[in-house]
Amino acid sequence: MWNGIKVIVFALLVLGAAMAANFGRDLAFQVHAIIVAAVAGYMLIKTIAAIGDKPKPKPTGYMDDVIRWGVIATVFWGLAGFSVGAWIAFELAFPDLNFGVSYITFGRLRPVHTSAVIFAFGGNALISTSFYVVQRTTAARLFGGNLAKFVFWGYQLFIVLAASGYLMGATQSKEYAEPEWYVDIWLTIVWVAYLVVFLGTIYRRKEPHIYVANWFYLAFIVTIALLHLVNNMAIPVSFLGSKSVGLFSGVQDAMTQWWYGHNAVGFFLTAGFLGMMYYFVPKQANRPIYSYKLSIIHFWALIFLYIWAGPHHLHYTALPDWAQTLGMVMSIILWMPSWGGMINGLMTLSGAWDKLRTDPVLRIMVVSIGFYGMSTFEGPMMAIKTVNALSHYTDWTIGHVHSGALGWNGMITFGALYFLVPKLWGRERLYSLKLVNWHFWLATIGIVLYAASMWVSGIMEGLMWREVDAQGFLVNSFADTVSAKFPMYVVRGIGGLLYLTGACIMAWNLWKTAIGAGQTAPAAAVPAE
Amino acid sequence: MARKPEKETKVVETTGHEWDGITELDNPMPRWWLWTFYLTIIWGIGYTIAYPAWPLLNGATPGLLGYSSRAEVAKDIAAVDAANAPLNDKIVSLDLATIAGDSEVGNYAISAGGAVFRTFCIQCHGSGAAGSAGYPNLRDDDWLWGGDIETIYTTISHGIRADEDEDTRLSEMPAFGDDYLSKVEIAQAAQFVLSLTGRATDATLVEGGAVVFEDNCSACHGSDGLGDKFVGAPNLADAIWLYGGDLETVTETITNSRGGVMPAWSAAGRLNEAQLRQVAVYVHELGGGE
Repeated sequence: MWNGIKVIVFALLVLGAAMAANFGRDLAFQVHAIIVAAVAGYMLIKTIAAIGDKPKPKPTGYMDDVIRWGVIATVFWGLAGFSVGAWIAFELAFPDLNFGVSYITFGRLRPVHTSAVIFAFGGNALISTSFYVVQRTTAARLFGGNLAKFVFWGYQLFIVLAASGYLMGATQSKEYAEPEWYVDIWLTIVWVAYLVVFLGTIYRRKEPHIYVANWFYLAFIVTIALLHLVNNMAIPVSFLGSKSVGLFSGVQDAMTQWWYGHNAVGFFLTAGFLGMMYYFVPKQANRPIYSYKLSIIHFWALIFLYIWAGPHHLHYTALPDWAQTLGMVMSIILWMPSWGGMINGLMTLSGAWDKLRTDPVLRIMVVSIGFYGMSTFEGPMMAIKTVNALSHYTDWTIGHVHSGALGWNGMITFGALYFLVPKLWGRERLYSLKLVNWHFWLATIGIVLYAASMWVSGIMEGLMWREVDAQGFLVNSFADTVSAKFPMYVVRGIGGLLYLTGACIMAWNLWKTAIGAGQTAPAAAVPAE
Repeated sequence: MARKPEKETKVVETTGHEWDGITELDNPMPRWWLWTFYLTIIWGIGYTIAYPAWPLLNGATPGLLGYSSRAEVAKDIAAVDAANAPLNDKIVSLDLATIAGDSEVGNYAISAGGAVFRTFCIQCHGSGAAGSAGYPNLRDDDWLWGGDIETIYTTISHGIRADEDEDTRLSEMPAFGDDYLSKVEIAQAAQFVLSLTGRATDATLVEGGAVVFEDNCSACHGSDGLGDKFVGAPNLADAIWLYGGDLETVTETITNSRGGVMPAWSAAGRLNEAQLRQVAVYVHELGGGE
């Protein structure tokens, strides 16, 4: 009966998508309809093949298959996103690198890069670690049977539709929310399923309390749903085309966009990754969390304050002064709640600092917390209107984002991956700690080169833009600042390459670990103490 | 020196919760953290009292300081305008040719013209005014319409082939590939044009080209190819090329003609009279002015 319904649904999907591909009004929509038809067709064949099979026994224990896939996807999209990032960094220094091909110009590859690293790499890291953490800390299997699989594969489909759409020019031109209306609808479905799996698992928990990591993961899932729905309200020009028209216009649109944009940073890249930190750091250090009280207070303060901070992206614009004031004030009050997570993470190591000498995985985690602390100080500072008057629209912002993204999000994810892979593939230890050490140094030096070059370049261009002569006339043209930034662009590109190289070494190391290479000497796994 | 004795570590209890082996200590929040948090909140309350902040049904609280970012910027602009008004008035009243040498407003006009140029002109002419293919170099002494200050001023004001201005500068070379000349004749003319700068590669084509040129091109470009600034016909004998002087580009120009456009900067309130004069002086002073 159930299989019969599935066959009908998939058959209708194939037919509908094929018709959409035929009547589609633009290339992106047609290609996407073909992709959807292919996926639905595959599911149709799989379902028909399974008809008549004896029902499998109900699986018990933790559901780790989907997490293994999630780890692979995280590494894959990470390498893809970092590569595109390094490429477009060099395109800025040497514009001829686009070879005159529209598909690989900076304008189209830039959202591919940002979406690949934030949503594909970061998103897969969050989904797979949250599935791992919520099962371990509730002592319950993931809720909803195959729903978790749907979340994972549905999310991959979202990524493919989004990224391929950008290359073909399908974008609603909203930063970090570029996918067009039908991709947004698909993500909404996947995200609601994610929420159901996560909440259901918490509901089934065998532990009396809900662990702090799960508060952060839940805040991330709920708020991203809210942000996604509001910012993507749009009316399609045609149900057979990719173009849509946003519901808001003018300054309302700008404010909605940056309410979304800043909270994507706050809830996707901060709250979600804090959830990761709260599980993997105490596990790797084998120490208790420093302060339960601090975790409660900083959690609620962070959640309450972040949602107000968006207007600091629109200082000195058409946005009314009162909204600018609130954006700035809330950003500054946010400083300490952000640092609460850093303190709790770092102080968890008290009594275990010596492990940093022998455990490069823990070192990666500690550096990530350090970069978290640095960028959550830099952020409130840049939200101050007078600082923002210099920093806004310059490379300083790019440097700020990357010290957070490469330093905090990237490094804590690397730490979690190094923790997870031996556990998930049943290995005693990682293939090589020496390679982890290489990864650590390459990534750290890469980030330092990136952040430092963008500080220099950003402050320089900010000062050049505002430089006036004795009679009050601007001294520099825009093109003057572009040519002055060239050496810094090269340094930034090199920093990106180092970071990418480190990630490639990690991928190799994790691969060797997963296939069981070098597992003959279990003695090496004895802790250093 | 002896090491300081280890601080007596207080034994902190855990909360008693445990998840997958993770426990939580019951440490208090660090005092410095808490107090800094309180301080930022107090500062925040003060700031929102001083500045426009809290939304109400109509508008928002204006703040005790009466601050408005738009009023501030309007005030700054008004102050600069007021300070420069007498200088601008004088620039408008002076004879164009005497502005640059004027002891009071000369340097001011060049600086102001430079600012106008960097804002509106460098997109085509380049930040160094050296131009690029299709956009004239303004630093040399080769001028399409003339390089004295009055002519430069007129060109800037009315533009070139600018639809929005009926006094705009118009010159139109026919696209000789459209039924006017055969491919062979165009090849001959191109070789002749190259011969004017001593770069012809085929003497027989040049011979025929001389006739084609005399019949079709000399009316505007002159028999010697020296051009005519009155109709905006470029000098073809000075080795300075707007679109490029290689055989392929010259052939392309003869076949399809060219029609570069510059906006009329006096139209639609783009630049005011003082700004037009300032940028004309700036361009004239770049080095090629006549």
